Parts: sequence; structure tokens; C-alpha cells
Amino acid sequence: MTSSNPEFEADCIRRILAGERQLFHDLIRPSERAIYFLLLSLLRNDAEAEDAAQDTAIKVYLNLKNFRGDSQFRTWVLSIARNEGLGRLRKAVTRKEDSLDAETDDQTGDYTPAVLTSWREIPSEALERQELGVMLRTAIEGLPEIYRNVVVLRDIEEMDVRETATALGISEGAVKVRLHRARALLQRELAPRLEGFAPKRKGLFGWLKP
Amino acid sequence: MRIDCKHVWEYISAYIDDEVDADLRAEIDRHLETCEICSAILDSTRNVVVLVADERVFELPAGFSERLHARLEKEMELAGPS
Repeated sequence: MTSSNPEFEADCIRRILAGERQLFHDLIRPSERAIYFLLLSLLRNDAEAEDAAQDTAIKVYLNLKNFRGDSQFRTWVLSIARNEGLGRLRKAVTRKEDSLDAETDDQTGDYTPAVLTSWREIPSEALERQELGVMLRTAIEGLPEIYRNVVVLRDIEEMDVRETATALGISEGAVKVRLHRARALLQRELAPRLEGFAPKRKGLFGWLKP
Repeated sequence: MRIDCKHVWEYISAYIDDEVDADLRAEIDRHLETCEICSAILDSTRNVVVLVADERVFELPAGFSERLHARLEKEMELAGPS
């Protein structure tokens, strides 16, 4: 994940507002991934997430003079992305006469992990196998939305708690609770199925801890 | 204070993110030394977190960036100065 560079951003914004609009491409580039995956998490449709990501980037450009610099640029961009996503969801909901606020932190759920007695590390090389990626993506897509959004920003885009909270418009406490529950749900869903991706046993004591 | 498994599970995410205080961390570490189940749950959770963060799992659609910047270019031209 590209870490943000406030001086570069501030300088860029000044120059864009002064007329060097080409610089906007460089300003928005480090946030592209996070914009898209947050919108994909909200909208769950590739084509619509891409369209919404483009609209978000345009809105950011048009509203650039309103950026106050009291949060990171990317955080501000992501809150615009979130509003874009929620706006689109509201339209879809009106069509379907469904409710948007079904999911809250109060819901009681079972966040007991999958109980295992040992774990063999799945190395990241295992991701060369397509089906592992599919399994991980499917598990994340299957999370309730409020948990999915937090996983996308914290664990996929590796943003910190504070930035995630600001971008999603929730408290830092809520970020931590939701992340904890999301990881527990993912562990429960994935751990029993990941076993097949562990490396083959090389020697008798191959993976015993020292 | 002896902490039990359920207590450890509650703090697994905070433990992975290094957000537990030193005393609680020491308690959890002591528990993990003798509890195979909690060790396996912690290791598997951490493993899932590491895998999910890998860039190969979530890739932007092919051509996403090119399309985004092409559309931006067009719109910026229409809109004039920001």
C-alpha cells in the first residue's frame, strides 16, 4: 500500500487549483485501489464499482477546493467514494423496497472461531493457485456489509484504525469490534478449508515449532 | 489472574494488531504456551489476515486505471479549472 505523503498532496492540490490540472492524475493514483475496492464492497458488482470509482474521481476533482486538509487526502477521497456508493445503493433500495439499515453492531452473532488443535502455515506462494484466491474473495464477499467494508480498508488496503473510521464515518471502537468479528468469521469459514493448501510434508519434523 | 480460552479469543484481533497492553499480552502469551487450541486459532487467524492482504487476492480489473484516467481527462477538459 502506498503510504500518503501530505506535503506532496498539499503542493499538488495548490498547483492543480492554480491551473496545472494534469497533476490531478498523480494525486488520485495512489487512492485508486482503495476507492475501487471500497465501492466493490458496497455495491458488489464489478462494472458498477468501476463506474462509481470514475464518478468519485470526477467529484474529487470538482470539489478539490473544498478539501480542508484536516484529514488525510485519501481519507477524504474515500468518504466521497462511500457517499457515492451509498447514494447508488439507496437508489437500488428504493427500487427493491428493501432496507439499508438492517445491519448494526448490536446484532448478536456467533463469532466463535473454528476450533483447531494445530495449524500448518499456508505460505503466500499458495496464492499461485487460482482456487485459493477465489476461496478468499468468496469468503470476504460473504461477510455482512458492515464487516466487509472494514476488512477491505484495514486488512486489504492496510489503512490504520483512525483512517478507516474517518473514511467509513464510524468510531474507532466500531472499527475494532467489526474487524475482530470479521476476522473471526473469516477464520471460521476458511481455516477448515485452507488445510489443503498447506505445503506437503517434507520431513518428519518439517513444521514442528522449535 | 488466569485467563480462559474464550477470553483469549476476544482479544485475538487486537493481539494480532499489537493493540493489547503489556499485562494482557503477557497473560495471553502465558495461556498460548500451554493451549494448543488457542495457538492454532491465533496462527490460523493471523495466516488468513496475511493471505487476504496479498495483492494477488484483490486485483484491479485489467485496464481499470487506463479507463479511469481517460474518463478523468475528458471530464476535466469539460469542467475547466478545478
